[in-house]
Amino acid sequence: MENRHSRRDFIKLMSMGALAGLSLGSLSCTKAGREEFLQKHFHEMTETEKKQVIRRLEEKYLKKYGKQVQISTQPAEAGTLWGYGLDLSRCIGCRRCVYACVKENNQSRIHPQLQWIRVIRLKKGSLINLENAEHYYNPETVPEPGFMYMPVQCQQCENPPCVRVCPVNATWKDPDGIVVVDYNWCIGCRYCMAACPYKGRVFNWAEPNLPAGELNTEVHYLGNRPRMKNVVEKCTFCIQRVRQGRYPACVEVCPTGTRKFGNLLDPNSEIRYLIENKRVFRLKEDFNTDPKFYYFFSA
Amino acid sequence: MEAWRFFKKTVNMVFIGTKAYYLWCAFLLTVIGVAVIFYVQQLNAGLIVTQMRDQVSWGLYIGNFTYLVGVAAAAVLLVIPAYIYHFDPIKEIVVLGELLAASAIIMALMFVFVDLGRPDRFWHLIPFIGSLSFPKSLLAWDVIVLNGYLVLNTIVPIYILVKIYFGAEPNKKFVIPLVLLSIPWAVGIHTVTAFLYNGLAARPFWNASILAPRFLASAFCSGPAMAIIIFQILRKTAGMKIKNEALFKISELIAYSMFINLFLLGAELFKEYYTGTIHLAPLEYLYQGLHGHHSLVPWIWSALFMNVTAFVIFLIPKTRENLLTLNIGSLFIIVGVWIEKGLGLIVPGFIPDPLGEIYEYMPNITEISISLGIWAFGLLIFTLFMRIAIPIQRGDFIHSRFMKPTSRPQYERIEP
Repeated sequence: MENRHSRRDFIKLMSMGALAGLSLGSLSCTKAGREEFLQKHFHEMTETEKKQVIRRLEEKYLKKYGKQVQISTQPAEAGTLWGYGLDLSRCIGCRRCVYACVKENNQSRIHPQLQWIRVIRLKKGSLINLENAEHYYNPETVPEPGFMYMPVQCQQCENPPCVRVCPVNATWKDPDGIVVVDYNWCIGCRYCMAACPYKGRVFNWAEPNLPAGELNTEVHYLGNRPRMKNVVEKCTFCIQRVRQGRYPACVEVCPTGTRKFGNLLDPNSEIRYLIENKRVFRLKEDFNTDPKFYYFFSA
Repeated sequence: MEAWRFFKKTVNMVFIGTKAYYLWCAFLLTVIGVAVIFYVQQLNAGLIVTQMRDQVSWGLYIGNFTYLVGVAAAAVLLVIPAYIYHFDPIKEIVVLGELLAASAIIMALMFVFVDLGRPDRFWHLIPFIGSLSFPKSLLAWDVIVLNGYLVLNTIVPIYILVKIYFGAEPNKKFVIPLVLLSIPWAVGIHTVTAFLYNGLAARPFWNASILAPRFLASAFCSGPAMAIIIFQILRKTAGMKIKNEALFKISELIAYSMFINLFLLGAELFKEYYTGTIHLAPLEYLYQGLHGHHSLVPWIWSALFMNVTAFVIFLIPKTRENLLTLNIGSLFIIVGVWIEKGLGLIVPGFIPDPLGEIYEYMPNITEISISLGIWAFGLLIFTLFMRIAIPIQRGDFIHSRFMKPTSRPQYERIEP
């Protein structure tokens, strides 16, 4: 009797295991699914293979969102190294940058809600110790007396710890200094998130929740194209914009002129002027991550 | 012909047993079945069904992984005296110790697998086929050393068992180098696993050079403690020949390891509390609570209590050599080290997060069920290993040409 029971259990288990295997394999049942499963690392694809992938993705997005999406793979331009400046004396903590970023970069809106910029509120008198930082301040109006605000996003380190730890090279620093992620190569181990000292990376814990009406169709393969569940993502200085000579969305939207942006290799750029003439500092410089994100106080 | 006979007998031994054996297997299979259901859910919905979030991005899975790598590494504790010092009572159980290590590694690898957001892209980790980032990423190192250790710890016992089955002496020239290799390799897997966390400057709680030594010390407590319990169970249920003397020897080794473990903990507590820099925060969160958050505090104090009590039990020869107190001590160590190295190690690494946020993590039913399922799977594998290994070692399951015509098979047969 017991023998039969255990055998029945065994069969039950096996069929459930097969079911699990099937649901995993169902990805590769369709042609597109199979292609997606076998897709190579971005660096190992030939130009034709890249074109095929782009076409497949555009079809997929059209089906999902009902919109024609333009996916760019525009590479970094020679002679550019992007740098960012942030004037802490101007920031009023309004978080317009946060929401402009979410809109521009097609982040998941709810469940999970992903944001690449985090504005923290600090009591005046403390800057280095972030332990008393308030992340969810929510007053009627900003700024509040006695406080200052510090927006933090990916600092685009020249020596990025997140890139070093990735076990499959799914994230790397492009020649113009932007740290990017190949969302189709990321295995979702989240080692990069543990390694980042700036909380610069967020994870798609579920299928991204992006309303079709709010989809930004101007996208870059390594930037703001719609993501899938269980992969990591991060700020790319709006790679889709800056490689076409435009400002990142956060710079454009800031109502107080807190945010500055430019080419570190161009001696006449605004960012070079700031580094020359203001007293800039970088976050957690003692980690030797060499960020290209400069904070300063204009007043 | 002989291979067919071996296969048939093996299937027989695995599928036919006592009532207790069936109950045990059915129990494990049920736990596994529940875990599979939860895992399919996790696959469909994403990791959002767990309690992990951006602030605490690793949890129960990675905690269990760390603990089990330690258990696997501790197999050397059984191997060293057996092969180097020819301590005979332990030599009998080395094969079983290595199979325990193999089971633990399988569980550890499974814990990493269920933690992966994209298991469908698992192949990206395979050298040459995917793009394993070796030697830059410590996780790539871990993939290599863990799989190597798994191969090593299956080849040696299987080779020895096959030789015994054929009535031959294992070829020392083949076995000894592999066994000698497995000793530094065991230290290696746990060191690499410690470095995985240790190498992250962003997490001061892990970024302390004492981490790898502490890992090894605590592993050399939990692994052997587990062996002590398992060997006694096998002695009762499978008639395995293990002398008390061997258990007492292992427990003495645990006492030394636990001393080092507690000493290193003390060194760390002193440094952090006396200097009191901002790097104290994770330790404060763990032992005292931070800004009104203290869900790990009762856990870590229980762990400390269990570890210290077990240390005292294992230090005093009288309590060490009493099976009742020995077992209490072993259970205390198994649980105590699990807390210390599981949630107690992984979670405070993320609290407070790099921008000072505190998100309190406690695993939910999904994570607990899947974790239990993996433990059940590991135990099932180990049970099946034992089902075959013990009769071979006892000399009951041997090549047909050595079977005496009158001898009766010794393994349990189905009751009518």
